[in-house]
Amino acid sequence: MPLFERLYNFAHWLTQDRQEAEDVVQETYAKALKGFRSFQQGTNFRAWMYQILRNTFLTSRTGLKPSLPLESEGDCEIIATVSDTPESILLQRSDRELVQQALGRLPVLYREVLLLCEFEEMSYQEISAALAVPMGTVMSRLSRARRALRDAVQELRGEAKKVI
Amino acid sequence: MACDSWTEKLDAYFDGELPPEEARTVHEHLRGCPGCAAEGVVRLQQKRAVQSAAQRYMPDPAFRARIEKTIAARRPSIWSRSWIPVFAATAALLIVAIGVLSLNRSRNAERQSEFQSERELVSELVDQHVATLASTSPVDVVSTDRHTVKPWFAGKIPFTFNLPELQDSPFTLAGGRLSYLNQSPGAELLFRVRQHQISVFIFQERGLPAAQADKSAPTALSFEVRSWRHNGLRYFVIGDASPKDLDTLSELLRSAG
Repeated sequence: MPLFERLYNFAHWLTQDRQEAEDVVQETYAKALKGFRSFQQGTNFRAWMYQILRNTFLTSRTGLKPSLPLESEGDCEIIATVSDTPESILLQRSDRELVQQALGRLPVLYREVLLLCEFEEMSYQEISAALAVPMGTVMSRLSRARRALRDAVQELRGEAKKVI
Repeated sequence: MACDSWTEKLDAYFDGELPPEEARTVHEHLRGCPGCAAEGVVRLQQKRAVQSAAQRYMPDPAFRARIEKTIAARRPSIWSRSWIPVFAATAALLIVAIGVLSLNRSRNAERQSEFQSERELVSELVDQHVATLASTSPVDVVSTDRHTVKPWFAGKIPFTFNLPELQDSPFTLAGGRLSYLNQSPGAELLFRVRQHQISVFIFQERGLPAAQADKSAPTALSFEVRSWRHNGLRYFVIGDASPKDLDTLSELLRSAG
């Protein structure tokens, strides 16, 4: 099945729940099959599938129209808690779990754009299509998301040190 | 302190979204600005870390089977009047998906190489080798054995490589540093032999001009150059040591796998 593992992984990151992820993916394929006539040949199939999945997720969470995001951009500002020094991050393989935790802590709006860019390696144009936002929004959201992830990692490191 | 106007472009640079000319300008700046280069390393590390961490959830086999059954069930009975459009839609969805996926190159694959030819690429790497020799800090990780250098690169570059045992050879490994080519990170390893220094560059093959497979590149400037491809990686050995020394080091690296 096209994109099945990728869509599932993405859905699980969005929902943070296995059962809900399965429901979203199942619904996504059902909608894709049903709405295939609306898919414009020659346009980006992958972005189309991710758009369906994302809309399905939003609808299931809010019960509202998918055009209404869960959080507004303004709600997602995270104030940096540590000084902005490039040396403060040294991400090695052993920190994989730390990054996973940090990703989980991010607002969905930031998490999804990071996943689509870094993991799915979508272009800004593809992300724009998948999220149905202008490219300028993709770029600014990515910038804030990366900042937020960096802060989340530093915060987790600080918490780990306190425990020790 | 990183230059503000340049760091604004770093995200787009590492995402491969800058036009080629602008990407080249940023690349040149990174080579000459330690602050921005350091910030670039951090951003690239974070990018790679997310890539690694994001592959976390796998679907249950039972769930996969359920979905496959659901899709198959959408092909109604042959006796149904509506079977043609639904079956056609299902088949078309799968065919288009397969076709589009095979054509649907990721951003990295779509990114045009800034190098039109092997010659331009080698010229760029020779420049980097010269810059390394002229630097007061030619390596980021100092080592005299492979067991320190190789782990240092873990998490910094999206691939791994093997280093040979140099004990019975005239070569010593001075250390390594991160290198960039076509907006992708790679490894630069500095070897010493007699009074000469040799840089070994290792990059992922994708996005680079097609290799003249396993053939020594023409000599650039006064340096000897050797290059080959192996397991999706491109290797470039550059230095002013004798051709025999470069051949010997190349053979050692190839044998390491």
